[in-house]
Amino acid sequence: MQHTLEQFFRALRAADVRVSPAEAIDASRAVAVTGFADRQLFKDALCATLAKSADEVGRFDTVFETFFARDAVSVPPPSASEQGEPSEADIQATESSPLAQAVLTGDRAAIQQTMEEAAQRAGVAEIRLTTQRSRLTRRLLEEMGLEEIERIIANARRYPDQQGLADRLDQARRDLFAEAQAYVARQHDLYAAASAQALREERLARKQLNADGGVDPVDYQLMAALVRKMAKRLAAKYSRRRHIAHKGHLDVRKTLRRSLAYGGVPFDIQFKVKKVDKPSIVAICDVSKSVAAAAQFLLTFLYSLNEVVDRLEAFAFSGRLISVNDILDDHGVEQAIFKVLQEIGFQQTDYGRALQDFSEQHLDKLDRRTTVIILGDGRSNFADPRLDLMREIHDRSRAVIWLNPEPESYWGQGDSVMNRYARFCHVAKQCGTLEQLERIIEDVLRSYVPH
Amino acid sequence: MSISNPGASAANAADPLSSVDALIEGLGSVGYIASRRIATALYMAVNLQKPILVEGSAGVGKTELALSTAALLNLPLIRMQCYEGLDESKALYEWKYGKQLLYTQILKDRMGEALADAPDMEAAMDRLHGMGDLFFSEPFLEPRPLMKALKEDDGCVLLIDEVDKSDEAFEAFLLEVLSAYQVSVPELGVLKAKTPPLVFLTSNNVRDLGDALKRRCLHLHIPLPEAALEEKIVASRVPGIEAKLTRELVAFVQSLRTLDLRKAPSISETVDWARALVLLHADSLSPDVVRDTLNVILKFEQDIAAVEPQVVELMQRR
Repeated sequence: MQHTLEQFFRALRAADVRVSPAEAIDASRAVAVTGFADRQLFKDALCATLAKSADEVGRFDTVFETFFARDAVSVPPPSASEQGEPSEADIQATESSPLAQAVLTGDRAAIQQTMEEAAQRAGVAEIRLTTQRSRLTRRLLEEMGLEEIERIIANARRYPDQQGLADRLDQARRDLFAEAQAYVARQHDLYAAASAQALREERLARKQLNADGGVDPVDYQLMAALVRKMAKRLAAKYSRRRHIAHKGHLDVRKTLRRSLAYGGVPFDIQFKVKKVDKPSIVAICDVSKSVAAAAQFLLTFLYSLNEVVDRLEAFAFSGRLISVNDILDDHGVEQAIFKVLQEIGFQQTDYGRALQDFSEQHLDKLDRRTTVIILGDGRSNFADPRLDLMREIHDRSRAVIWLNPEPESYWGQGDSVMNRYARFCHVAKQCGTLEQLERIIEDVLRSYVPH
Repeated sequence: MSISNPGASAANAADPLSSVDALIEGLGSVGYIASRRIATALYMAVNLQKPILVEGSAGVGKTELALSTAALLNLPLIRMQCYEGLDESKALYEWKYGKQLLYTQILKDRMGEALADAPDMEAAMDRLHGMGDLFFSEPFLEPRPLMKALKEDDGCVLLIDEVDKSDEAFEAFLLEVLSAYQVSVPELGVLKAKTPPLVFLTSNNVRDLGDALKRRCLHLHIPLPEAALEEKIVASRVPGIEAKLTRELVAFVQSLRTLDLRKAPSISETVDWARALVLLHADSLSPDVVRDTLNVILKFEQDIAAVEPQVVELMQRR
């Protein structure tokens, strides 16, 4: 049973339920207390020791049902009811194959056990890819001793009095095949499905956001989910460490106040605690066609970070600049970008004009705590880039970060003025994929948690 | 360890910890209707001597589970409410500064006397060292909830309520207490519990708890209950309520939970509502009664405004 439990832990890990060795030990101890007889009790006990959040409980239930579903597999009962008990002659004819005998006598436990053992020899649990399924099914059946059954069938076909036996075994062979297929499929679900998902996410994280034709609508949902997942990870990481205790500076005021209770003797020494501000972010996004997808993911990302971001002001521009906070609040991030495009899309991109709009109307939103994130390709169609305004933004804010979907080698070519803007940025980076996006946002958050 | 309950049958007098079924029955006898999953988790917690982390939305009976367990096992309950800024001196122990101060003053007065006959400086210092050790000793220790729980020699139920509201640093500090049932006091050494307390931690998921803490605990997520279970809970909590009314009000609350509300009513709201209806002598649910008492189950103005026009429809839906 220990082996089965280990396999079960593996399946859980594949489904993204963290099972540490200590938890595995706990689970084994729990099972030792409950035993295996009561399925519900067994399941609840494992659940209490292994699944550590509401999400994980859901995944645990699924994995448990799939993993232990084998108890319920239906090798159809031997056709004994129709054709009577297997005769002595039948038993004798199948002597060389325990599996065939098990099929004939309807010994399900034996069939089950044969399949488990064969699966272990065939390495079915090592399955990684969907395409391995048919090969592994074949291997499983071979290990179970199907060849021997096939030989017996061929043998029996030669004698007219053994046609019944041959038919029955033939039927059993087909059933076994279906059974093995289902078994391998279950193993695939348990061990391979999650890794395939991880592979897919990894690929999406590296996908260029400004690729021709934009983001594939099929991928879009997955990518949005991925962005939220990344944001959640970062939020969990940075929502803590809000203050740094005991810096060694005595808090005289507090210590004196506390000392009043002890006749003025400073017994209870208080130290200064430094609080760390949450970052406040001003995001300015170019929503022209080449950058729109990246802009949307950036906004989704920032909006999912509301736990760790104090204040988020979002602006969008192509020709003119507008504040999109209201649109984001009313329509949610998914719809917002379309609304924004309806309002200001299809204008000629003009960075100078947009910066001017920002300076005239929203410059008061910048203070020394604000990080400005500008997302754009820096291609202003040969209009005046207004570097003077860029310098002012740079001087007023804590940090200016420019994210450009284009690779650095393109900066400054054609109508790109990226190189000139970059002088007024604390950080100017290429940000063409979700992976790069995540890394940059993490930098923004980290700089607020001094170490 | 079992509780003597006059209303309980002879079978109930058996040890409630002998099996999961006995535990369900035992909890029932102290007024807590537990699902199988809850009882199993509790059973494992007792048998494996592990703390149990209870999660679930507000009002599903997380705290109540700890209270009922304490009542069932006839153990004292020590409760610690967590909040931001909670630290060791409030959770574990504090030195009695005032007493220490008095002690120093006495010491000062007696010092000359005590050291008068010391032949030289060295001998005087030696003697002084002997007195100094008294200064940080148990009589000057003010135990806070965690230490109190460890000092209960016959065991107790320790409830660490809303642990997600405390700081991360405090969470790390809990680890030693939860895994080894001991605390280290620098001046005194390690204090270990004779009988490990049965620890409940509750969390509302204000923030994600650290993996280290989760790893040390059994996990129990209490969902909103199914109708049948909820009816049982209402019947047990509100004695004298009509079965018909129970059925109707539970069905109504269940259908409320399918709506998109800011705060869906949980068990405590259902029970409060049942009590209110009994007080109002309502023997069945009518749209008018529901509208008048909607503020008992819904806690947001917007929710009430959203539900009010649909009351009749919701009542027919079941």
